[in-house]
Amino acid sequence: MALMKSLPKEYYQQLEEIQAVDFVVYELVLYLDTHPNDSQAIQQYNQYAQYSKQLKTQFEALFGPLQFGTAVKNKQEWEWSTQPWPWQV
Amino acid sequence: MTQESNPFRRSFVPFRGRFDPCPPLGKRTFVTPPNLFIGFQPPDFPQFSPIEALKKGTLWKPFYDFYESPYKK
Amino acid sequence: MWAYEKKLMYPVKVSTCNPTLAKYLMEQYGGADGELAAALRYLNQRYTIPDKVIGLLTDIGTEEFAHLEMIATMIYKLTKDATPQQLRDAGLAEHYVSHDSALFYNNAAGVPFTATYIQAKGDPIADLYEDIAAEEKARATYQWIIDQSDDPDLNDGLRFLREREIIHSQRFREAVQMITDDQNQQKIF
Repeated sequence: MALMKSLPKEYYQQLEEIQAVDFVVYELVLYLDTHPNDSQAIQQYNQYAQYSKQLKTQFEALFGPLQFGTAVKNKQEWEWSTQPWPWQV
Repeated sequence: MTQESNPFRRSFVPFRGRFDPCPPLGKRTFVTPPNLFIGFQPPDFPQFSPIEALKKGTLWKPFYDFYESPYKK
Repeated sequence: MWAYEKKLMYPVKVSTCNPTLAKYLMEQYGGADGELAAALRYLNQRYTIPDKVIGLLTDIGTEEFAHLEMIATMIYKLTKDATPQQLRDAGLAEHYVSHDSALFYNNAAGVPFTATYIQAKGDPIADLYEDIAAEEKARATYQWIIDQSDDPDLNDGLRFLREREIIHSQRFREAVQMITDDQNQQKIF
């Protein structure tokens, strides 16, 4: 098991960017739940959902999986359970 | 009940009895957050940028309400 | 079903090893107006609420679990590496003798979580008004914890969570309006 000793700065920077974009997605979801006919908001939701996916793919290539059940890059090590958890970082 | 300079706070001064032992705190304030006044959110509400939205806890500018302890000097 | 994402909703930081603050935070972990109560309340009410509100209860209920994980992270970081002596000084000796440093679903006074904290009346208005009240109570609890805390990093995370209560309350108020409004008067933007 190869728990990293400490994570690089980029880990935190990229993670925060994902957190910010996912937060926008999330806020738009709640808004749309009570405003289901706002097509402009649906469009904005789609943009950010797409962008979030991109950012996560980049992040996962460097630091291991974020999302459950997605294909992984590293076939030598099962990073899902060997990399640290959200409350540890 | 009076409106403070902060639009999302109200205050009142409780009746003071002659035998109240603690020195009076004076004006008591309480929070009246923006969601009490806006009603059904209208379309095209002003938004924060993604990173600012995350920092503030909301995407929507009119719903933002910073909290600071009223006891803090 | 639910799928886990290996990240927090918000980057949680705490400045100091401070088990006393961890004790206060337990109010939002296993307390009456805490995040666990919120998540269980909303997700359980979904089965009997009008269809147009099910999405909102699902999404807010799910977010409450993300908040629960943030609170757990705060408690974990504030107590990690704290000695039994430090925990005793923080008033956590009673917690320690039963749980060591493990998290447990009880409130700041050590009272264990109970399902009686939440309600499901089956009446949509009663349930949504309970939800609005729950959000305002959670917002107030965050305020009182911030009042007691001198940790700027912790307060930053707590302010995020407090703001979320405002948004949730707003959406529940809108939900009441959605099911109260005349069906023929659909809002179109």
